[in-house]
Amino acid sequence: MRLRPGHVLVNGALAVLSAATLFPLAWMLMASLMAPGEASQFPPPLWPKSPSLANYRQLFEAHGIARQAANSLAVAVAATLLSLAFNLSAGYAFAKLPFAGRERLFRALLGALVIPGQVAMMPLFLLLKQMGLVNTYAGALVPWLASVFGIFLVRQYAQGIPDDLLEAARIDGAGEWRIFTAIVLPLLKPIIVTLAVLVFLGSWNDFMWPLIVLTDRDLQTLPVALAGLSREHVQDTELMMAGSVLTVAPVLILFLVLQRHYMKGLLMGSVK
Amino acid sequence: MNRRLAGWVFVAPALAAIAVFFVGPVLAALAMSLTDFDIYALADWRNLRFVGFDNYVALLRNPLFWQALLNTCIFVVLGVPLSIGASLGAALLLHSPMARLQGFFRTALFAPVVTTLVAVAVVWRYLFHTRYGLLNHALDAIGIAPVDWLGDPLWAMPAIVLLSVWKNFGYNMVILLAGLQAIPEDLYEAARLDGARRWALFRHITLPTLAPMLLVVSILTMAGHFQLFAEPYVMTQGGPAQRTVTVLYLMYEEGFKWWSLGSASAVAFVLFAIMFAITLLQLKVSRTQAGR
Repeated sequence: MRLRPGHVLVNGALAVLSAATLFPLAWMLMASLMAPGEASQFPPPLWPKSPSLANYRQLFEAHGIARQAANSLAVAVAATLLSLAFNLSAGYAFAKLPFAGRERLFRALLGALVIPGQVAMMPLFLLLKQMGLVNTYAGALVPWLASVFGIFLVRQYAQGIPDDLLEAARIDGAGEWRIFTAIVLPLLKPIIVTLAVLVFLGSWNDFMWPLIVLTDRDLQTLPVALAGLSREHVQDTELMMAGSVLTVAPVLILFLVLQRHYMKGLLMGSVK
Repeated sequence: MNRRLAGWVFVAPALAAIAVFFVGPVLAALAMSLTDFDIYALADWRNLRFVGFDNYVALLRNPLFWQALLNTCIFVVLGVPLSIGASLGAALLLHSPMARLQGFFRTALFAPVVTTLVAVAVVWRYLFHTRYGLLNHALDAIGIAPVDWLGDPLWAMPAIVLLSVWKNFGYNMVILLAGLQAIPEDLYEAARLDGARRWALFRHITLPTLAPMLLVVSILTMAGHFQLFAEPYVMTQGGPAQRTVTVLYLMYEEGFKWWSLGSASAVAFVLFAIMFAITLLQLKVSRTQAGR
């Protein structure tokens, strides 16, 4: 292949742009391996002089970050399972089970998307306070139960299921619930993975609602704990970078592994 | 169980959850914004009074609200075009037939989107450090004097815009890339036969074909930008000189720091009204342009 100026220009631009985009993440990792105070020198170093995991050790031993990491994992896993439980059957029904007022109801749900979620936060907090759910995992999970986006995603995919298949099962005498669990769910597998990845990443990264509803340090998720730590430990650059790596790495790795499913969900959601 | 009944049974749990935990609270927020719900009412509901539009009037008289609205608008006006511009630029580069390793570059450019906002805001706070931050170090190399990014009232919001563009451009990039890939190659071929140059192809084929998608992308991006909260919470705490207090930041402080939940609900509804109005305006403008 001949090297043409166009090739050099396009690929050079992509390489520079990618390097600039990845740089903050790479620096985060490098600084997390530095000795305390090492990053705050002039000129600022790019590599740790003698890489060590001391900052991570301090996070676990002195700050008990394992607790918050476990909270994050528990909330994200539960949010994922709950959102699947609520959205799959609803999305399938909106696609394949005709019932009175279905189309109007679906349009109303889509219309509700224009309302920013934060509008609901003040009364939702009071409601959960009444129910005794403030400062519980359940309180943090409530917004993830059912979502218009999730229902929409499943509906889009479920519309591709051939009606003949469902009719044949009905003629064979299968009930609607049996058809859903035995025939529909296996067919929905790809969108189940997609929705699961989106909800897991979304709930892991979520900040404002957990910040409001989880004030007890032992219940906080990593982003909330990290925001609190970063206010107390402004000077401890290296320690904060270790905390950031700990927060970002799980979702970044999960994304890299399941990238195809994530992108599919993103593109299906964007054509609404 | 017949099919019609089954439909209702299948959607019931999701609808109930949405009704109880979203629609109900939204309506309650509207009612709450007409009351003086504060820390006393939180302790005992009997202290709750109906105050009509007092919260809204007080808000319009509160200079901090106007400052927050101005700050948010600055973020939207700077951030949305920069972000979509970066997305479109990166998508065009990736779409170029000359590009190699597209999968790798796409993943690299998209990576910030899936990262945790709080964590990368913490990272950027150090990159923005006046003395030890690598951004100033890089600027120094090309002869630009150090900027006190997060301490200077003039630069704090642009710094947050920079972080936000870095964090978000990959999202729209992927959507626009899919849009570019969907444009039939014949269109370009025909125009090339007519002797059209590259810029003309972009101007007369790519942009018009992509226009509906750009509209959706810009509406969603703008809605997202109006909801700026975590970045100022982590990086500047609203400072310096309240230049990074956003509308949502104000809502959070009113509601969950001072427990003025009535007033916070009013802030939320004003934000909703503004976002709604701007979305309608965008749709209207695009329709008149399309009709021309």
